[in-house]
Amino acid sequence: MTENDEASSRPTVAERSLPAAIAVDHLVKVYKQTRAVDDISFVLPRGSITGLLGGNGAGKTTTIAMIMGLVLPTSGRVQVLGHEMPAESAAVLGRMNFESPYVDMPMRLTVRQNLTVFGKLYAVKNLSERIAALADDLDLTEFLDRANGKLSAGQKTRVALAKALINQPELLLLDEPTASLDPDTADWVRAHLERYRRDNNATILLASHNMLEVERLCDRVIIMKRGRIEDDDTPRAIMARYNRTNLEEVFLDVARGRVNGAKEVAR
Amino acid sequence: MTSLPLHRGISAHRIGAMILRYWYLLLSSWPRLLELLYWPALQVITWGFIQYYIAENSSFFARAGGTLIGAVILWDILFRGQLGFSISFLEEMWARNLGNLMMSPLRPIEFLLSLMVMSLIRLAIGVIPMTLLALFLFHFNVYALGLPLIAFFCNLIFTSWSVGIFVSGLVLRNGLGAESIVWTLMFAIMPLACIYYPVSVLPVFLQYVAWTLPPTYVFEGMRALLIENTFRADLMLAALAINAVLLGASFWAFLALLRSAKRQGSLLSGGE
Repeated sequence: MTENDEASSRPTVAERSLPAAIAVDHLVKVYKQTRAVDDISFVLPRGSITGLLGGNGAGKTTTIAMIMGLVLPTSGRVQVLGHEMPAESAAVLGRMNFESPYVDMPMRLTVRQNLTVFGKLYAVKNLSERIAALADDLDLTEFLDRANGKLSAGQKTRVALAKALINQPELLLLDEPTASLDPDTADWVRAHLERYRRDNNATILLASHNMLEVERLCDRVIIMKRGRIEDDDTPRAIMARYNRTNLEEVFLDVARGRVNGAKEVAR
Repeated sequence: MTSLPLHRGISAHRIGAMILRYWYLLLSSWPRLLELLYWPALQVITWGFIQYYIAENSSFFARAGGTLIGAVILWDILFRGQLGFSISFLEEMWARNLGNLMMSPLRPIEFLLSLMVMSLIRLAIGVIPMTLLALFLFHFNVYALGLPLIAFFCNLIFTSWSVGIFVSGLVLRNGLGAESIVWTLMFAIMPLACIYYPVSVLPVFLQYVAWTLPPTYVFEGMRALLIENTFRADLMLAALAINAVLLGASFWAFLALLRSAKRQGSLLSGGE
């Protein structure tokens, strides 16, 4: 992200007085013998885009699921938009949304039917206009009356994104938003997310394996490994700390236990 | 940014959205519609001919006309009511859509209420043509039972929802590996519910078990009505009381299983 983008994303005085979009405090999740998430804490201010990085099994999806209230923590606290999760989830679920490769939209329903159902669940006003606007934004107009199951992977991802944006969420949680997309579609989705954040001052937390995506979109990166936070800073500061020119190299350093891109740390 | 309302309390709007979702699904798939009609029709035709045959060879059944075919129709209300509930739930598992719903403002109670309404809709699609077949082919008019039919129907549908809620909770907790329970659990109570024979046929110790099941009261009540022309309100009230306990227990079990699924992390996987 550019310096201009960073300046435009700085919170105003009014926004600073709002509770954080997400506040995670000493969060732990244990599945039988496995500590999937191991005592992590972070706070995401409103209007930020944060990337959650880590290899398979690092705990990214479990962390996001706990923030959404789909998984109960073993211990620790999660606050979303100032409300305790999952106890006060009813107060915030209408103000957030998510997209994940672990869920699908019903295949037999058309795009319009799917968006209508979710729009009604989120009590979206002027729903037909909202669907038309989203379809226009996400280039879905010609597919609106086609069954979701008959769309290509890229089209389905755009429909899932339309569902995630149907309620104009203040907080958007994205798990691998561009997985299995061709580079052109992935780039297009990233541009849309950037625009959405800018236009709505929305907070976005995204888990990704795509380092280029994180570098481009995020003003902050949290790197996880084996359920713990290994690093947490701006992409630029993290790259400087690891003496690397891109996040991919940083990712490999972290995954392989190397410090400052130099020597291998004994495991 | 739009200021969205806080989602507290039960919302008819969200229940309506879920009913719309299942309605769209039914309309998009003729095999689903056919399945609703096919088995009930087959059942009533088969049992209608059996009833005819037995009535010709037994003075008791000749006198107690319609007990078999009436039992088949009421059993189908019980069985199809539960399937109508559970299949709508399974559609979410098959579509991997549960995460989307659980993450939305839809509350578990609203989800269950929408499944109840869908069970009524699916039941109407399957059972109304079945009753008309019974009328035109076998001259058995279930609607001639009058007001008692409403009591029978309510008790059976309440039981079917209790079972539906409980098995949906089991599938939610254990994934689609537990799907077979949806199709088979109701058959487990079939011998004890005394659908085609009176409770007195059972050994004494099993009679005690049978009287813990609301359908037993309904089928006994139906026989009393068809054979003795007597409406047993006492049986219906007893069934209603047990159903109230069962419904409360099934709601509690569903919420406990949902909580367990969240502890286990199975809402996002939903697999086997």
